[in-house]
Amino acid sequence: MSLYILVWSYLKARPLTTVLNIFLMALGTAVITVLMLFTNQLEEKVTANAKGIDLVVGAKGSPLQLILCSIFHIDFPTGNIRLSEAEKITRHRLVKNVIPMALGDSYNGFRIVGTTKQYPELYNAALASGEWWTKDLEVTVGAVAAERNHLKLGDTFTSAHGLTSDGHDHETNQYVVKGVLQKSNTVVDDLIFTSIESIWLVHEIIEQNSKAPSTPSRLVPSREAGDSTLEITSLLVQYRNPLAVIQLPRFVNSTGNLQAAAPAFETARLFSILGTGVDVLRGFAMVLIFISGLSIFIALFNSLKERRYDLAIMRSMGAGRKKLFLSIILEGVALTLAGSLIGLAMGHGGMFVFINLIEERAATGMDGLIFYAAELWIFGGSLLLGFLCSLLPGIEAYRTDIHSVLAGR
Amino acid sequence: MIKVTNQAYQYAGSKSISFPDLEIAKGTHGLLLGDSGSGKTTLLHLIGGLLRSQKGKIEVNGFDLTMLQENELDRFRGKHFGFVFQKNHLIAALSVERNLLAAPFFADQYQDAERVGVVLQQLGLEGKRNAKVHSLSQGQAQRVAIARALINRPEVILADEPTSALDDTNCDKVIKLLMESCMEQGATLLVATHDQRLRKNMPHHYQLRDL
Repeated sequence: MSLYILVWSYLKARPLTTVLNIFLMALGTAVITVLMLFTNQLEEKVTANAKGIDLVVGAKGSPLQLILCSIFHIDFPTGNIRLSEAEKITRHRLVKNVIPMALGDSYNGFRIVGTTKQYPELYNAALASGEWWTKDLEVTVGAVAAERNHLKLGDTFTSAHGLTSDGHDHETNQYVVKGVLQKSNTVVDDLIFTSIESIWLVHEIIEQNSKAPSTPSRLVPSREAGDSTLEITSLLVQYRNPLAVIQLPRFVNSTGNLQAAAPAFETARLFSILGTGVDVLRGFAMVLIFISGLSIFIALFNSLKERRYDLAIMRSMGAGRKKLFLSIILEGVALTLAGSLIGLAMGHGGMFVFINLIEERAATGMDGLIFYAAELWIFGGSLLLGFLCSLLPGIEAYRTDIHSVLAGR
Repeated sequence: MIKVTNQAYQYAGSKSISFPDLEIAKGTHGLLLGDSGSGKTTLLHLIGGLLRSQKGKIEVNGFDLTMLQENELDRFRGKHFGFVFQKNHLIAALSVERNLLAAPFFADQYQDAERVGVVLQQLGLEGKRNAKVHSLSQGQAQRVAIARALINRPEVILADEPTSALDDTNCDKVIKLLMESCMEQGATLLVATHDQRLRKNMPHHYQLRDL
């Protein structure tokens, strides 16, 4: 016999109420856990992917779309920009570095990015095998893109227009795999890299092996600077100093068809849109937890009526008031503790199953088995909740009047 | 063993009940008689430290209960008294064995599983060790309650109407078991009752005046 056996016996004596209370608590905790796992990891992922990119320059349109397209590669381009106009940006004194990108094609849903080696280097991507692309129509493939498509060194494939695998195929020119990248848990894993010239070649905008330019373009050195026929999709810009935050976007927006979008600003906007949904769900979870607390309180309070005699008998056997108080508090805490532990397990387990079930690329890099310090707060909060909802019943037990209960007064 | 001096009790809004002075020697089996409302239960609870006295002295084994603090009284009760009540006396959430072990647990004494076996056997309940309280008959439940009162080897057993819910056969059996067990342990037994069937079993009678 011990206090734990006593508490356990009382919980076991009311199995339905006990299960309901634990279940309510677990459900609320699980929702909160999933939300926390999801938003934390999404933020980490977004921050990691947008790291080192101060500004994205592209065609006029939705700035959020430009960011989603050029950084996260989950949306279509807003349009193209002229190479000659893009070059004007590179000459600006507040610009430290510029990475050009030509987007629009894909292979089995994995985006082909025409860019320079600077782009994968931005994410510290390293080669797992083979080498970087150098010549036209050579590609270096991200880890996930290679794995899902079973691409090996020397394989060839044709690209499709758009982001879906059923787009129009560019059959005349075949890409050849020159290298495969190591997994980096960034967006690079899902991409196929090639040169900008390759994209132009596939679209039959230029012909192979044209003569060397007299003044090479800063963005695509194999071409003449100021070429007004060639187009790219966007530019990733790094600022030289903080002054650029104010001046550069204004300059970009006044240059021809160009628009500037700041990843920090646009992702914050995205999170504030998502945040409303997350807040609603979190509120719902809080209501669940509140109801579970209320339900535990009511269950304990009601059970005290039946247990008045038990409590008086325990006092007659020598139990002090504090022991009875403690036993009631332990009962409440046991319920919320079990509920929150099951809820945490359900949250992580649910997230793990969900991530392993879907093959959506947006989910790559998410993990159900990551633990955050905030979970200790959930744990501590559940102990506090258990204490609070058993406090009044506990005081009631503490005040049991042995004589009047036993004498039936 | 028990000495009650100058006791009276007044419930809020009613007349004060005064009790005769009592002195009960160690090992005595006494019957506290009186009609309902005569204050039997009140006096028994005063002696057992379940109710704080308002005046006078109650001495048990040389200690004056009226002088003890609430937590000291709890400890004293656990150590020196065993109680048997009329009904609803077992904790339904616990098995028979745990009901018995609850007594040493709450009294902070050693929980002797062997002793549980001995006491259960003494009261003819060997097979009921792991039974649920709900599965017991009235008579069996009352015997388990006696077993629980005995398990800590208290010096005094106080019983409040232990037989009034039982039929003649069970009444006889229960009171005999109670007396035999007390005899064996040398415990003092005080039974508060209006059950006339017990008069023939117990030699010492303490009659409370009717109001």
